[in-house]
Amino acid sequence: MTELSRVPAASNVSLALRAWNIRRRALLMGEVQGQGYIGQALGVADVLAASYFHALRYDPKNPEWEGRDRFLLSIGHYAIALYAVLMEAGILPEDELETYGMDDSRMPMSGMASYTPGMEITGGSLGHGLGIAVGMAMGLKRKGNPAFVYNLMSDGELGEGSTWEAVMSAVQHRLDNLICLVDFNDQQADGKTTAALATGDERAKWEAFGWHAQRVDGNDLSAVVAAFDAARAAPAGKPRVIIFDTTMCKGVPFLEAREITHFVRVEADEWSKALTVLEEGKPA
Amino acid sequence: MTLASMARKHEPRRVPEVKVATTAMIASLAAEGYDTVAAPFGHALVDLAKSDERIVGLSADLAKYTDLHIFANAMPDRFYQMGMAEQVLMSAAAGLAREGFIPFATTYAVFASRRAYDFIAMAIAEENLPVKIVCALPGLTTGYGPSHQATEDLAIFRGLPNMTLIDPCDATDVAQMVPVIAAHPGPVYARLLRGKVPSVLTRYKPDYQFQLGRAQMIREGRDVLVVSTGIMTMRALDAAEVLSKDGVDVAVLHVPTIKPLDRETIIAEAARGGRLVVTAENHTVVGGLGEAVAGTLLQNGITPAFRMIGLPDEFLEAGALPTLHEIYGLSVGKVADQIRGWL
Repeated sequence: MTELSRVPAASNVSLALRAWNIRRRALLMGEVQGQGYIGQALGVADVLAASYFHALRYDPKNPEWEGRDRFLLSIGHYAIALYAVLMEAGILPEDELETYGMDDSRMPMSGMASYTPGMEITGGSLGHGLGIAVGMAMGLKRKGNPAFVYNLMSDGELGEGSTWEAVMSAVQHRLDNLICLVDFNDQQADGKTTAALATGDERAKWEAFGWHAQRVDGNDLSAVVAAFDAARAAPAGKPRVIIFDTTMCKGVPFLEAREITHFVRVEADEWSKALTVLEEGKPA
Repeated sequence: MTLASMARKHEPRRVPEVKVATTAMIASLAAEGYDTVAAPFGHALVDLAKSDERIVGLSADLAKYTDLHIFANAMPDRFYQMGMAEQVLMSAAAGLAREGFIPFATTYAVFASRRAYDFIAMAIAEENLPVKIVCALPGLTTGYGPSHQATEDLAIFRGLPNMTLIDPCDATDVAQMVPVIAAHPGPVYARLLRGKVPSVLTRYKPDYQFQLGRAQMIREGRDVLVVSTGIMTMRALDAAEVLSKDGVDVAVLHVPTIKPLDRETIIAEAARGGRLVVTAENHTVVGGLGEAVAGTLLQNGITPAFRMIGLPDEFLEAGALPTLHEIYGLSVGKVADQIRGWL
């Protein structure tokens, strides 16, 4: 089998521009539906850019290539964000953007593995991805396949007991091919995540469980890139987690300022305003 | 709780004069006087795994109590101990299936159907993955109390699309279902009999072979058609012997696959006029075999005299299993009594 390099290995498109493209597409999809989990998409765009344009190995022409790094979206409602990066990566065609959330679309509002190339698991119910990632990582080791499994989860999912079963299991089975990415924006449906369940020192907790654990500013691209590099180079035998502190609606200040951002309300005339604001911040 | 248990809470008990069997978690059904086979599931899985590298086994701290320890001892590198964590048991099984393996995941029926349901539904059933969920302590096969009596598992899993459901009668069913469910491309939930498992079906039908999705007539009869599953086929066959002495001729149609139901055979047999149709299951009368058969018959215009034997819509008592089977109508004597009463 030929060594397929990361995509795009030789591209001169900066990560910052990749992230900006992801943000822009997410806003366009939100505009199509008039609603969406746009706050999350804007917040996690930098992490997704680093994932797909720095860290992951994959073949856009063959989303099920056996050698691919698996990327699990445990947070089904972040599908809008994943579609944006899948388009950026050439896995989903650009011209399907306007079908987002429509009947007969390959891009439903909650991620469905059976609908969308590049969507590894069916989301919606939270706290599932890490456990499935544990099984995939076990399977990859059985096959001698050196691919990584990445699981993108939210701070809200840290409340689900199923998460912690998987956390312990990953350590028990020495799944050093498993990298968990936690999007920590401290927002869930009823308000702040940390106001609902005492989370304590999240990084220290994962480390105490036996993971290689990092916590970085998830909207600082160079910190994000360094964290991915450190996670992949971490000593053998331990699974790896990176907790990314992100800001909801990052990139569109008037939305960042909204009090309720878990399902941020954007009026019909505000979408183009948001796109204009984003345009102003476009990187070189 | 039950009304009786609420009443007993505040009354001291006397030690009985005659000590009956304990409320032990594991009760053997082998007291029937049949030949038994030791751990048919574990041995069948080892045999299968020798020729199929895709087979792996997982358990949530119940390998020893689901006969999976046989597999774990024979092939330790193909066994994953998941600890007391049923949600990750099912999720990880799904992940392994995604990577091309055929995982057999074991626990007790109560825990699969109650604790882990969302994970089975979303990771396994919705994705139609070839995970085989094999669970001990089906229905009322323990005196340990409601926490371990899976009285509604078939009702729960019947509602799940893509799921195939099996309730084996005896050692033959258990051993033979293993390669068959492994070959089935989708997810399977199979109840399990463990330890010394009686061998019954081949006594009545020497050429009996487990077939997925097929109901099979084990005993012919003119007066009553019992449509049964799991251990109740064993009870029905014994009750048929008892009733034959009273001149009542009982047919027993064994339905080990609850879903998909073999509607064709059930309809054909029920449509043969003149027989009381009685369903029998080691499960609540709510949402199991009985209601599945009733729905099928009525929708196809078949309306025989129809009755159901099964557990009541109650949480059950703890106690000695033989006593509980008497109380709840699952014993041979009580099955015969109920049928006689309906004629």
